[in-house]
Amino acid sequence: MKPAAFDYHAPRTLEETLDLLAAYGEDAKPLAGGQSLVPTMNFRLAQPQALVDLNGIDELFFIREGERGLHCGGMTRQRAVERSGLARKAAPLLHETMPHIAHAQIRNRGTIGGSLAHADPAAELPAVAVALDASMYVRSVTDARWLPARDFYVGLFATAMEPGELLVEVAFPRPRPRSGWAFEEVARQHGNYAMCGAAAVVELSEKGAIEKARLVFLSVGEGPVAADQAAAMLVGERPTATVLRAAAEEAATKEIDPVGDIHAGPAYRRHLARVIGERVLTRATARANEAALM
Amino acid sequence: MNQTIELFVNGIQYRRSVEPRLLLCDFLRYDLGLTGTHVGCEHGVCGACTVLLDREAVRSCLLFAVQTNGREIATVEGLGDGPQQMHALQHGFWEMHGLQCGYCTPGILMSLVPFLEENPDPSEEEIRELLSGNICRCTGYQKIVEAVQLGARLLWEESN
Ligand SMILES: Cc1cc2nc3c(=O)[nH]c(=O)nc-3n(C[C@H](O)[C@H](O)[C@H](O)COP(=O)(O)OP(=O)(O)OC[C@H]3O[C@@H](n4cnc5c(N)ncnc54)[C@H](O)[C@@H]3O)c2cc1C
Ligand code: FES
Ligand code: FES
Repeated sequence: MKPAAFDYHAPRTLEETLDLLAAYGEDAKPLAGGQSLVPTMNFRLAQPQALVDLNGIDELFFIREGERGLHCGGMTRQRAVERSGLARKAAPLLHETMPHIAHAQIRNRGTIGGSLAHADPAAELPAVAVALDASMYVRSVTDARWLPARDFYVGLFATAMEPGELLVEVAFPRPRPRSGWAFEEVARQHGNYAMCGAAAVVELSEKGAIEKARLVFLSVGEGPVAADQAAAMLVGERPTATVLRAAAEEAATKEIDPVGDIHAGPAYRRHLARVIGERVLTRATARANEAALM
Repeated sequence: MNQTIELFVNGIQYRRSVEPRLLLCDFLRYDLGLTGTHVGCEHGVCGACTVLLDREAVRSCLLFAVQTNGREIATVEGLGDGPQQMHALQHGFWEMHGLQCGYCTPGILMSLVPFLEENPDPSEEEIRELLSGNICRCTGYQKIVEAVQLGARLLWEESN
């Protein structure tokens, strides 16, 4: 099918963009990479009255180090992060995750801000943002605020942003000393949305016990699912295989709520969560051990 | 409301008035008559519509023509100069039977151009990862992989 008609605006500055978004309110959608929005418009699942194209706003394209770690402008292409040496160093979990998002041809257009704002429960970036305690900088004509990733996600395809607000920037904190990270997912085919995936971050104390852990799943709930009970079980423990497996088990049995679709039923997703959860915790711990030796 | 755009396609400058909702793939096919760019799914999945936008492979079904104002597009028509003067990649596909019906081929070729520029000697695994973005219902992919390997070698020989 073909999209319904819409007003097209291509502002050159952020100020102009925020004015347009304020004027249209709920009737306008920002157009980032278009890799999620345009398919829904082609099928007429979305028929916005206006599109505000962000592709000409130079100030939204950047990757740099800043106060809060690695800062990416909302329009930073997924491909640019994948190719960034700075991102590899300053946000290795984010960098390692990039090739799992769709295909190169999609990542050439798809953006960091678009994926985070779209809040697809099967998307990798929201889970990584929550695992890293990233923060989102959201602006409107009247307001500007930083939101922790955890508070940004409020449900299925839903974020804390109001109509008129734009995700301008996101910051991923630098890895802490004695910490490690891992990402893994299982998809039917490389580049497809995963049936289940997980990101983990593990931080060790000087004595080698777990000081802090994060385990966040995708594709098994309404958004990124942080397994907080599993993480709490780990704190203070020595990271033995038994301890890590028990945490993954806890997460997979009690903390996720997978629904089935044509690709995988709930039971299989739960099984994947258990296996992937254990693997990412194990790999994150191994990397934390390596970091502790350095 | 229509908007006037000016862009280069395969090095030729065009100026056209378009509706904002016109997809780039339809603009190429219907307005410019460049029907080498195929349309399979219109939601980014099949890869048949892949073209180059400023030398990067993108889905032309997920871009509006208005967004390409002032930009450079390359389509399969710009690759080789007809059957007598095929591009090295096309030669690889011809030689190795990398196509049957050919519906997927333009999108695959256009995906390969920047891929091989960045990585002239890819492993089989890297080739398969790249091809994951293009669906082929005929070949079973094995012949495409071999076609890419030959195409890459021919390209390398041409440039050395
Ligand atoms: C074939 C295919 C496979 C894919 N596979 C995956 C996958 O495996 N994993 C994955 O995570 N994604 C996948 N995607 C989606 C892809 O990553 C998209 O790029 C991403 O979801 C949306 O980013 P975008 O920049 O294209 O945003 P758009 O499609 O332009 O926008 C998405 C939504 O976010 C809003 N929006 C965009 N930017 C902002 C902003 N700065 N502030 C506020 N709102 C904003 C838009 O209005 C729209 O509602 C796939 C897409 C395709 C076509
Ligand atoms: S038609 Fe564009 S990807 Fe299928
Ligand atoms: S050759 Fe027929 S779809 Fe690929």
